[in-house]
Amino acid sequence: MFPDAKKDIISKLQKDILQQEGYRSQPADIKRIPGLENIEAAFPGRFFPTGAIHEFLSFEPEHGAASGGFIAGLLGSLMQRGGACLWISTARKVFPVALHTFGVSPDRIIFVNVQYDKEALWVMEEALKCKGLAGIVAEVRELTFMQSRRLQLAVETSHVTGFILRTDARRLTTTACVARWQIKPVPSQLEAGMPGVGFPRWEVALLRVRNGKPGKWTMEWQSGQFQLITEKLITVVIPEQIRRVG
Amino acid sequence: MSIWFPYLVTDWYRVRHRELANKPLVFTIKEHGRVIITATNKEAEKQGIGAGMAAADAKAIVPSLQVVDDIPGQAERLLRAIGEWCIRYTPSAAIDMPDGLLLDISGCAHLWGGEQQYLNDIIVKLRSRGYDLSAAIADTPGMAWAAARFGHNPIVEPWCSVAALLPMPPAALRLDPIILARLQKLGFRSINSFIGIKRSALRRRFGEGLLLRLDQALGKEPEVIIPLQHITPYEERLPCLEPIRTAGGIEIAIQKLLEALCKRLKGEEKGMRAAILKCYRVDSRITQVEIATHIASRNIAHLFKLFELKIPGIEPALGIELFVLEATKVEDIVAGQESLWMAENCGLGDTDLAELLDRIAGKVGADTICRFLPQEHYWPERSIKTTRSLAETPATDWRTSRPRPTNLLARPEPIEVTVPVPDYPPMLFIYKKQLHQIKKADGPERIEREWWLEAGELRDYYTVEDEEGKRYWLFRSGRYSGEQQAQWFIHGFFA
Repeated sequence: MFPDAKKDIISKLQKDILQQEGYRSQPADIKRIPGLENIEAAFPGRFFPTGAIHEFLSFEPEHGAASGGFIAGLLGSLMQRGGACLWISTARKVFPVALHTFGVSPDRIIFVNVQYDKEALWVMEEALKCKGLAGIVAEVRELTFMQSRRLQLAVETSHVTGFILRTDARRLTTTACVARWQIKPVPSQLEAGMPGVGFPRWEVALLRVRNGKPGKWTMEWQSGQFQLITEKLITVVIPEQIRRVG
Repeated sequence: MSIWFPYLVTDWYRVRHRELANKPLVFTIKEHGRVIITATNKEAEKQGIGAGMAAADAKAIVPSLQVVDDIPGQAERLLRAIGEWCIRYTPSAAIDMPDGLLLDISGCAHLWGGEQQYLNDIIVKLRSRGYDLSAAIADTPGMAWAAARFGHNPIVEPWCSVAALLPMPPAALRLDPIILARLQKLGFRSINSFIGIKRSALRRRFGEGLLLRLDQALGKEPEVIIPLQHITPYEERLPCLEPIRTAGGIEIAIQKLLEALCKRLKGEEKGMRAAILKCYRVDSRITQVEIATHIASRNIAHLFKLFELKIPGIEPALGIELFVLEATKVEDIVAGQESLWMAENCGLGDTDLAELLDRIAGKVGADTICRFLPQEHYWPERSIKTTRSLAETPATDWRTSRPRPTNLLARPEPIEVTVPVPDYPPMLFIYKKQLHQIKKADGPERIEREWWLEAGELRDYYTVEDEEGKRYWLFRSGRYSGEQQAQWFIHGFFA
């Protein structure tokens, strides 16, 4: 057998496996998120997987705020075509006004405030079956493998994107989520000699990616989109408009 | 048959206020700066008080007079309610403004054993509810009207209706007050005195109206009454031969009831917003479950799902023998345009989303779902307002000119700070026993408390970043004053 043919077969098999695992590879479905190209490269197929469950770890309130900001940035792109979004939590802390900074119009988010994790997950599963939603965010304490599997199965038919924000660090079980993220705030940078606080800057870590390459990046949210920060780039171009910090 | 309520509104009021029994009572309305009586009760009328009098005059006659403000449209509402109640006696009952009802009782009276018994039944039942009335049965609505108000015999037999009408005053013909006054002036005190005059002469002097009313009373001209339309409730019943005890059986019952009800709703272009399922048990108890939807729906699958969530709450005990499903709130559905292809994302007005929220509300409670809209307040807690409606749109823009934290604490928590006076941000602060060295800071942003809403201190907000890059929203409550330390709080976390 020729080596080329062998490669073709392998790549075709890989594609099949990915599809069976819930990845879709139709180019029409791919949503490019501006400024996130380097992170997208870490996923199989080099695109941000929509129609899947993403898991975010946040063990401190500060991390929770950073994850909330990052998710809001992602939702901003997902909701661009006029969809609605569901934000499920057991103790809502997110301040809707701030979400506007990340390109989300807060009045299009429906907040569901439940008492227990179990209810939150039930609501999430029901919502994931609803085809029209742009995204669903759930803040829960923990997530077992079984629960994540149920969510993943619901997502596979509806292709809605789900975000799980886990706040309990003690029991870090494996889940069926497509990616595990951790967003930590890092000191913001300002032009030398300027007073004040800079743009929100995070250390974005992809701890686990199914069939992808985990990695770590420094990202910033400026002028309405993500911006990758490399070490060389220290001088940040500040746009003329008023700085918006979320 | 005509029913006349001489003291309709006052009777209604007296039934609700027992202490006013046997006391003179009037309803009044303000007109051109005077207080005019619109309705009186029997006791007041006995003292010579009538509608159209000034309340002050009436008070002079009867000092103990009770004066109540008139409720506009109350008489019509009462008549409508009584008329609907009367549908048990005849299918066509009509309101006869301002103080009566007209019932077409053709072919109904024999069910009560004759006209006399029929009449007595109505009179006794209405009297027992506290309404004074007089009723009469006659061939024509006009004759019945006259007999109820001016006649001596409540049942006017067909062969003596002319004889009964003749001695009555002209007012028995339902005439215009102007014509009545003219008849009075000319000395026509009873119908007898002018019925013999040539029709052309009567028409010339009193107009066509008098002749029409006369003919209607005597049955020479047809008169149409407009019967009340009784709204049948949106209700379906399903009796069971064998008592139902299993969830499966209840499911089938709900499915059948919904199919029947939704078929009717579809025919009427309506959908239900709220429904109640009553299960009549063998032990003569009723268990019931309720559902509600965000938008009017007649989608059987969706409504069934809502009920399915509630089935565990139904206790069949020994068995359920009758299911009754009633749509308690029904609204018109505007038929939506069906799209050729599915839109990728649905907005807030989407049916799928509304149905999802119905399911969530059914499972975890309707008060868990909310949306936030901007409000024109700087005070952070008041800058948003919650709304339950999906249709409400923001009245103002979201304010983004100032930085606001991604996560806001429901209640600001006190922190310990080291801070240089007067207007600098803190150098360090201790929150939850952890020390944070502040490296970068922005502020202050002074937000005054809205004194017209609540009293308290103003806040000076600072955006700060500590040595690890964590960003906080801190504020100092109140101004610095010489004697006491200003208290600092943490209010939120930035992304």
